[in-house]
Amino acid sequence: MNAVEASNITKRFGQTVALNDVHITVADGETHALVGRNGAGKSTLVSMLTGLNRPDSGQITFRGEPAPPLSDREAWRTKVACVYQKSTIIPTLTVAENLFINRQNLDGGPVISWSRLRRTAGEKLSEYGVDVDPNAEAATLTVEQRQLVEIARALSFGAKFIILDEPTAQLDGPAIERLFERMRSLRDAGVTFLFISHHLQEIFEICQTVTVFRDARHIVTSPVADLSRNQLVEAMTGEAVGLGTGPTRPEPAQESILDVRSLALDKHFSGIDLSIRKGEVVGIAGSGSSGKVELGEVIVGLRKPDAGTVAVSGKALKPGSVPAALAGGVGFVPEDRHKEGFVPGMSIAENATFPITGRLGRFGSISGRRRAAVAEKMIGDLAIKTSGPDQDVADLSGGNQQKVVMARALSSDPSLLVLMDPTAGVDVKSKENLLDAVDRAATAGTAVLVISDELDDLRPCDRVLVMFHGSVAGEFPAGWTDNELVSAIEGIGESSGE
Amino acid sequence: MSDVSTPVAAARPRLQVAKLRDLALLPAILVLLVVGFIASPIFLTGGNLLNVVQQQSELGLVVLGEALVLIVGKMDLSLESTLGFAPALAMVLVLPSSEHGLGLGLPEWTALPVCLLAGVLIGAVNAFLVLRLQLSGFIITLGMLITIRGVQQGLTVGQSLSSTNMPSLYYLGNATWFGVHASIWIFLALFVIAIVFVGYFRHGRSLYAIGGNEAAAKAAGIRTTRVTTVVLIVASVLAALAGAMMVGHYGNVTASQGSGWIFNAFAAAVLGGVSLNGGKGTLFGAMCGVLMLGLVQNILTLAHVNPYWLGAVNGAIIIGALVLARLTTGKAQD
Repeated sequence: MNAVEASNITKRFGQTVALNDVHITVADGETHALVGRNGAGKSTLVSMLTGLNRPDSGQITFRGEPAPPLSDREAWRTKVACVYQKSTIIPTLTVAENLFINRQNLDGGPVISWSRLRRTAGEKLSEYGVDVDPNAEAATLTVEQRQLVEIARALSFGAKFIILDEPTAQLDGPAIERLFERMRSLRDAGVTFLFISHHLQEIFEICQTVTVFRDARHIVTSPVADLSRNQLVEAMTGEAVGLGTGPTRPEPAQESILDVRSLALDKHFSGIDLSIRKGEVVGIAGSGSSGKVELGEVIVGLRKPDAGTVAVSGKALKPGSVPAALAGGVGFVPEDRHKEGFVPGMSIAENATFPITGRLGRFGSISGRRRAAVAEKMIGDLAIKTSGPDQDVADLSGGNQQKVVMARALSSDPSLLVLMDPTAGVDVKSKENLLDAVDRAATAGTAVLVISDELDDLRPCDRVLVMFHGSVAGEFPAGWTDNELVSAIEGIGESSGE
Repeated sequence: MSDVSTPVAAARPRLQVAKLRDLALLPAILVLLVVGFIASPIFLTGGNLLNVVQQQSELGLVVLGEALVLIVGKMDLSLESTLGFAPALAMVLVLPSSEHGLGLGLPEWTALPVCLLAGVLIGAVNAFLVLRLQLSGFIITLGMLITIRGVQQGLTVGQSLSSTNMPSLYYLGNATWFGVHASIWIFLALFVIAIVFVGYFRHGRSLYAIGGNEAAAKAAGIRTTRVTTVVLIVASVLAALAGAMMVGHYGNVTASQGSGWIFNAFAAAVLGGVSLNGGKGTLFGAMCGVLMLGLVQNILTLAHVNPYWLGAVNGAIIIGALVLARLTTGKAQD
């Protein structure tokens, strides 16, 4: 008997195909891993399996029975439960009430008996071995306790199939061990898991079967024991489909532009040392919890470090100050272009020239003509598809919006360019334009820091540093293979380049 | 399964902060009673205290409505205009044109139903704008506040409306049941019903779930849009009912009835521990907040504070009380 069987699932969101005729079969009582790089379609599949979204075609069955209609939440909850990365606990209510949310009247009558609710909650929690006070306010729980409560809630509905969506991402080592211990004992009791994780060693530790998705397609399903780590990584990355090859720029100069010394930020990273020379392109790769984005944000002044210094061209930058970073010769593309990248409703010219408004006119005024001239040049350089510099940025496609953000970063002729996920959600052609712009800037002597886990972004780098859990775990000179880099990112020790 | 329990340090409940917060205003109320007793011998008489409750009954219903809206995670500023508009609309529809009415000649008994219906309508419009069109609740209900007040001004040409022959609208505000003003009974009864509803019924609890984490509430099968719509309508109806009670209480509807009340309504709710971020606070706390504001007002009057300074003193006391509540609960006010 299979806990769940999904076949021929296809799902489109507008133009993008999120799932392309995929299938997955999870046998009763096994712990089944689902892996794939960002955008492989894992989250979309989870939303289908939990009844939050309907596939365009294909069918899903639970233990041989067809999936209930989407509107029947009750029926779905008896079949499958999911512990999402985002909490589904209501922080202002007690643990007991969260366990029985929207079914607090346990005896079926209209009136809630709080003493009975608390008692039953206590019984359930101890039945599943969750040592949490049912009267505690849910906001006071740790991430680990919160997950346990969510698992207990899932089980209390009678669901025997539980999806864990990157449950270890926010847990520390001992907590992960405890979670695995609990998963093993629940598996012995007949509970089936679909386990999603970016950390491949966890899959070898806890799962029996693994399914790999890549680019919205099913690649392979295999017993974990039959698969080597390299084969797994290969399945995830596929053939190298790179845009460019290695860097073809002149050798970087000796002069150092960026100097980062023992930089530390809270729980994100610590003890980071980093130097980038004039004309050098350095990549930083790592998973979402590696601290790479936070490092970039500290360098450009979006966050204030707890310790350490950032110096550009030999001058220390005031910590946590974006104006100081800009004045010191830093240009940057922030991670979230919608939040920090551009101002919708303003024109391309205005957005692209924010950092240099002081140079566009006298006494704080802005010369429209000079601004348009600067913008025209950028539009040409970056091949921005637009009707002209006065077009509203909000009307552009994602790729062209990102080019405007890049234009803004380049507008001040920075000596250091920091790019965070510069090609996220950008089509292939725009990606090429963006990477060309990086190449040109480096050739002209700009030091570039590329923070990304897109291999295409990292390929033109002179060297790539891999961060893992807040420190630099390895360094790869240009010419690395996809497998060794991905292994290092996913935290498989053997091939990280020490 | 329990045999494998690897213990996870349980979160020690911090002495049930939530529960303490509900009662946080009781000491303050006791202090006020003592201060009032010192200020004036009349203060601590049954008649005066009942008078305080009656004075606060109309604001109390508005606070009840606002507290429900806040708990579900929204805001409704338009309640203060509904307070004047709903009874005014009822009166212009019934009154002859000689008494500033529209002369439509609706029968007298329709006044109260029309008044409450106006509440339903305003609540429904608010819900449509905020939930369906996804507009910001704060600014939209501020817009509604101004619009509704303007419509009232337009309909009544800025006049106060009164009638000597409209018992349906005047009854609730000046009737006496079992020797006590009907408005006091209504105030207490509605609060008790609401407290029981949000405390002991699944649908009542869903207000807290929605306000606390709407996505999670949806995932738990709660029809969040429907519940929020009902709450917004109930709040407007409560404001309309309070407006009707004011007509009986004061004998007329002025063009500015309810003007400026929304500040007191928010102050009472927040004083009582209701969070502006939703999902937190109790209706009992909100009720204590209303009564506290009433006691302050009453004491200031009895102590013969210069009426020109009443507003300043009243406002300062509210701010002081909020600071005190922040300090005693030790948590940031949200």
